Amino acid sequence: MNRIDRAFQSDKRLLSIYFSAGYPNLEDTVPILKKLQEAGVDMVEIGLPFSDPLADGPTIQESSTKALRNGMTTEKLFTQLQGIRNEIDIPLVLMGYFNPMMQYGIESFCQKCQAIGIDGLIIPDLPVDVYHEHYKEMFTKYGLYNMFLITPQTPDERIRYIDKVSNGFIYMVSSASVTGAKNTFGTVQTDYFKRIVEMQLNTPTIVGFGISNAATYKAATENARGAIIGSAFIKWLHTHGVEKIEEFIHPLKSS
Amino acid sequence: MNYNVNEKGYYGDFGGAYIPEMLYPNVLELRENYLKITAEPAFKKEFDELLKAYVGRPTPLYFAKRLSEKYNTKIYLKREDLCHTGAHKVNNTIGQILLAKRLGKTRIIAETGAGQHGVATATVCALMGIECIVYMGELDIKRQAPNVARMKMLGAEVRPAQSGSKTLKDATNEAIRDWINNPVDTHYIIGSVVGPHPYPDMVARFQSVISEETKWQLMEQEGRDYPDHVIACVGGGSNAAGLYYHYLNDERVNIIAVEAAGKGIDTGESAATSALGKEGIIHGSKTLLMQTPDGQITEPYSISAGLDYPGVGPMHAHLFRSKRAEFISIPDQEAMDWGLTLSQMEGIIPAIETAHAFAALDVRKFGPNEIIVFNCSGRGDKDLDTYIDYFKL
Repeated sequence: MNRIDRAFQSDKRLLSIYFSAGYPNLEDTVPILKKLQEAGVDMVEIGLPFSDPLADGPTIQESSTKALRNGMTTEKLFTQLQGIRNEIDIPLVLMGYFNPMMQYGIESFCQKCQAIGIDGLIIPDLPVDVYHEHYKEMFTKYGLYNMFLITPQTPDERIRYIDKVSNGFIYMVSSASVTGAKNTFGTVQTDYFKRIVEMQLNTPTIVGFGISNAATYKAATENARGAIIGSAFIKWLHTHGVEKIEEFIHPLKSS
Repeated sequence: MNYNVNEKGYYGDFGGAYIPEMLYPNVLELRENYLKITAEPAFKKEFDELLKAYVGRPTPLYFAKRLSEKYNTKIYLKREDLCHTGAHKVNNTIGQILLAKRLGKTRIIAETGAGQHGVATATVCALMGIECIVYMGELDIKRQAPNVARMKMLGAEVRPAQSGSKTLKDATNEAIRDWINNPVDTHYIIGSVVGPHPYPDMVARFQSVISEETKWQLMEQEGRDYPDHVIACVGGGSNAAGLYYHYLNDERVNIIAVEAAGKGIDTGESAATSALGKEGIIHGSKTLLMQTPDGQITEPYSISAGLDYPGVGPMHAHLFRSKRAEFISIPDQEAMDWGLTLSQMEGIIPAIETAHAFAALDVRKFGPNEIIVFNCSGRGDKDLDTYIDYFKL
């Protein structure tokens, strides 16, 4: 069974953490993964850095730029993750933009992911229809899930389509924004969370973008199976480094 | 072969809309409306009237006598440099502002490199009384102070793009982010034939007035409505798309695209995308772009700020791959020399971007009876500082 499905079989709220591979230091990728698993995180999105991450806000853009300056590449990340499944059992998702994957070769990329034990991909700039038409078969062949985003502006009909094409989970972007842009949820968000709950989708949902603390984590997970924290975690890493990850995770898990 | 966009938004292998889901509603709204709205008689009337009374169209198709004698061929210049604001850019911003109004948008954003598209956008926003925010790389803001001042004088807010390399591609990223954050009230006026479908086609259609006029102007002057060659400089490629548009499927017309070689194709400081680029995704479009083997988009270089975009529009990528167009690249030095040549032989000081196109005359032979139309896409006022430095004027 795909580890993502396994995670969703439990009843608990799922905490998922995003970070840019190769940040703050090039060789931090694996130590961060270990710390996150130890701290009780349920899933991790490993960001493949890109020079032009247009769906991301300033925090992730900066960590991405820093990671590239540190020397991170697709090949380097795959090398770092070699053998990771001997130590890490929680689901691992690679999140990155489509261009670096194209240059690596989509099939080689998928092959490599399978060999390492990656469970799925999130590719913000690969639209669902292009995926469905050209890549779904290949992803399936290598046992990879591909997760899609929806936003408060996504029409119901399109959400139904995404639900049909999806596996793993649907990534609910909390507001019309790039990553890291908001600190609280207003009625627009909570109404949207409720609308999605009422749609009774087949695929479980996780909320991402704008979740920065225990309060927003709690609010998000009242209407979804879990939440993803990215920018706030990267800021923590920037200030406190890799050693103190547990201190960031603990208040969230116990909220 | 058909060289126009197909119903899915592709030019051959290139184009499409590789956009984050957050942009889907914005782009869908445009895709579903741009053809319908621009075909409305009331839209056409308003667009045509503004192009005539405000922009100063039709622009002349000028027979360059001295240049023609020197090169023993027939050279015409399509004088887009005479457009209001000094370049062809305004054709597109007029079209898009009218479209934005009809879509009920109350806020306009744009990206700019050298500042020409920013000025053209700020101009039409002033004309319509609409709020205007222009994203510009922090480095470009320092390099292009007069255009920054123009935009401010026109009432636009110029926001520095501080991410990445702090130039045009980063300004474009920032504008896209703004659009993601403001999906309902905002229209994003892209300045070139780049970005997700329908932008490349929409911008090409607004610029197609260039070849539309060329056809009847040539008919008047030469008794036939097509030349043997059309030549234009290509950064993103909007002035070229406008000149090529009505000749794309006319195989009697040879298409020549001139890119900026910068300091030379092999120097690592170049903007010759057709020579150095590989297929990939930039700003929502599948096209040719300059990138590292790892797929990171690289920073191009050209002495002309308007040509240093790391990609080309998908239409041009298709023209290149299908060999419908000849692509050549011209280094800084030759382009600068052509800035002087055109000034002193025809009394026209061109933009440095535009000067690149003319260097095609030194690269390949043209017959004595062949008719060539150059897009004289912009005037050189904005480049005076660069000319002064370069020629110690």
